[in-house]
Amino acid sequence: MFKIVRKKELNPSVTLMEIEAPLIAKKAKAGQFIIFRVDEEGERIPLTIADSDSKKGTVTIIFQKVGLSTELLGQKNEGECILDFVGPLGVPTETEGFKKVAVIGGGVGNAIAFPQAKSLFKAGCQVDVISGFRTKDLIILEDEMRANSTNYYLVTDDGSCGEKGFVTDKLKSLIDAGNNYDAVIAIGPVPMMKFVSLTTKPYGIKTIVSLNSIMVDGTGMCGGCRVSVGGEIKFACVDGPDFDGHLVNYDELMNRNAAYKAQEEENKKTHICRMTQLANELIK
Amino acid sequence: MANMTMTKTPMPEQAPDVRNKNFEEVTLGYTEEMALNEAARCLNCKNMPCVSGCPVNIHIPQFISKVAEGDFKAAYKIIAETNSLPAISGRVCPQESQCEMHCVRGIKGEPVGIGRLERFVADWYRNNVKEEVEKPELNGKKVAVVGSGPSSLTCASDLAKKGYEVTVFEAFHVAGGVLVYGIPEFRLPKEIVQNEVNGLIARGVKVETDMVIGRVLTIDELINDMGFNAVFIGTGAGLPSFMGIEGEDLSGVYSANEYLTRINLMKAYRKEYDTPIKHSRSVAVVGGGNVAMDAARCAKRLGAEHVYVVYRRSEEEMPARNEEIHHAKEEGIEFLLLNNPVKINNDGTGAVKSMECIKMELGEPDASGRRRPIEIKGSEFELDVDTVIMALGTSPNPLIRTTTPGIEVNRHGCLVVNEDTMQTSRDGIYAGGDAVTGAATVILAMGAGKKAAAAIDEYLK
Repeated sequence: MFKIVRKKELNPSVTLMEIEAPLIAKKAKAGQFIIFRVDEEGERIPLTIADSDSKKGTVTIIFQKVGLSTELLGQKNEGECILDFVGPLGVPTETEGFKKVAVIGGGVGNAIAFPQAKSLFKAGCQVDVISGFRTKDLIILEDEMRANSTNYYLVTDDGSCGEKGFVTDKLKSLIDAGNNYDAVIAIGPVPMMKFVSLTTKPYGIKTIVSLNSIMVDGTGMCGGCRVSVGGEIKFACVDGPDFDGHLVNYDELMNRNAAYKAQEEENKKTHICRMTQLANELIK
Repeated sequence: MANMTMTKTPMPEQAPDVRNKNFEEVTLGYTEEMALNEAARCLNCKNMPCVSGCPVNIHIPQFISKVAEGDFKAAYKIIAETNSLPAISGRVCPQESQCEMHCVRGIKGEPVGIGRLERFVADWYRNNVKEEVEKPELNGKKVAVVGSGPSSLTCASDLAKKGYEVTVFEAFHVAGGVLVYGIPEFRLPKEIVQNEVNGLIARGVKVETDMVIGRVLTIDELINDMGFNAVFIGTGAGLPSFMGIEGEDLSGVYSANEYLTRINLMKAYRKEYDTPIKHSRSVAVVGGGNVAMDAARCAKRLGAEHVYVVYRRSEEEMPARNEEIHHAKEEGIEFLLLNNPVKINNDGTGAVKSMECIKMELGEPDASGRRRPIEIKGSEFELDVDTVIMALGTSPNPLIRTTTPGIEVNRHGCLVVNEDTMQTSRDGIYAGGDAVTGAATVILAMGAGKKAAAAIDEYLK
């Protein structure tokens, strides 16, 4: 059992939790992830580690309530426990040898981009962060990112805060203004990562993306998370989740990620119904 | 008086068209009367050829004569001297190529049903005897066992009996390895596996789940920081292979490991569990081993109208147990032998529409001694399926070998050990089971765990 020691709603759909997991906290590096399972009937869901504190023995996760399991996790309160919390999994992000990097976070992807920015910034690298959100209300981690970057650029699709536009627009203007980046690290929705990769390709800038494919075990034993990278089959959980953005087959990833859409919807509906029913019975 | 019937006492089982719709155990086990009857077929040979076929050297005629006397408890104690998981091995061992292959009664007629009797004794003991397990006195030495499959459970059990403080580290949230994620409920009820694990815990073995060794702790940290005096690596061969053909990335294409893990470990076939699985109309399972049979039979139970086993050689070369092939056929699994997939077609939405196969013929024997399948030109045809499950075999996960400096592996990624002691190239680090041999059987893994436990005891004495 793993205890939730802190819970904070970052915006209406995104929650931060600090989980007591001393062994994982001691080992976790930027770019790695954990697998959680809320309860006995629960599924195993991967989440990237947003931060960790080896002294306190805690690991921070930031998640968007997008389906049944994240919904159930979000219903848990401080002091309560979840059943399983496994990690750190995956290969840490390559951060050595970079002097100037652009870190791009899209939406809740900023939570995953944050530890990368932080670790690079701490290592003395120049870090330009571009944080993109759909609208003002969804902005997360602005202060944290500012504190761990050389330059921080906030963009919103609708222009309700920061500059109006997509992260790719900002990135292109920074490159065109003469910024020579050793690497671009892009984390967010798959289409965003795809378009960032398309933006950097003509300039030949190394681009690292963190893939969020469907996982079951997260240790390399099922291949549910497989992706094509440079025409080869790779398992995101053990070979990644970071890959060369210019080699990833994004369309295939999006297709595979949609495999259980209908069942997920159905599951969420019936499960929530069951919870309501249970609540009603308890009230009676 | 020996029972000289030529055939084994039949074991009752669920009717095929009933059981192919549920996940309950297919074979129902012997009653006491059946067990007495079958035990009486054993001639109690002096030279005991059956024992030489058992990788964990169960004293077979001795336990069977106790069964014949009706002293089932004494029979259990005899088995337990050498085998800590009889309810499991009695169910999943390929006895026809182990103990029963050497049975004198098998020369004319069927061998004694050793596996069935072993299973009976283990089940009877579980259901009838509630005794406090004796906790041996600790000898002050600590051993870490990495993985919790059959080799690890056996090794842990033997070491605990000798007084070692044993901790089992399992990456999943449940202990048991392939016994819980791979072999389906209808062949091996998970309650039985849990019972065996609970037995270990009662004897003082610590089981730590959610611990991915190689990531959260390395083997060296177990020794240097956690104070373990020796380590046994029983991490199995869990890395699935794919064919590399076009369309393998489509949704609806699974590795057998993923398909079986979703069903067995995550219980995706039960409504109240949250993990989803595709409920297919028509399924192709590629491969001919036990894993392929398990996947095919699961697919049928999830309601598929057609389930095809597509195998590139003929039935004679199939590595699956005869009993499993027989059960699969009874349940309506369709066998497409001498066929090989060449491509999986897209239905236009990114899901599987069909699988293109080519017919094969058998040529000369290859290095493995089996006749090599050769494609028959122009024989391609389209198989109407919406799901494809690849059961092509597995190899060891690279996590341990890439995070343990100085550990020697062969070109297949299997750990290299001294076959007498199961010691790896590193002092104090032992290994066994599929991590060493590549994908093999439960009982061979148990035998290796046993051997390693003896060697670890020798090393730490």
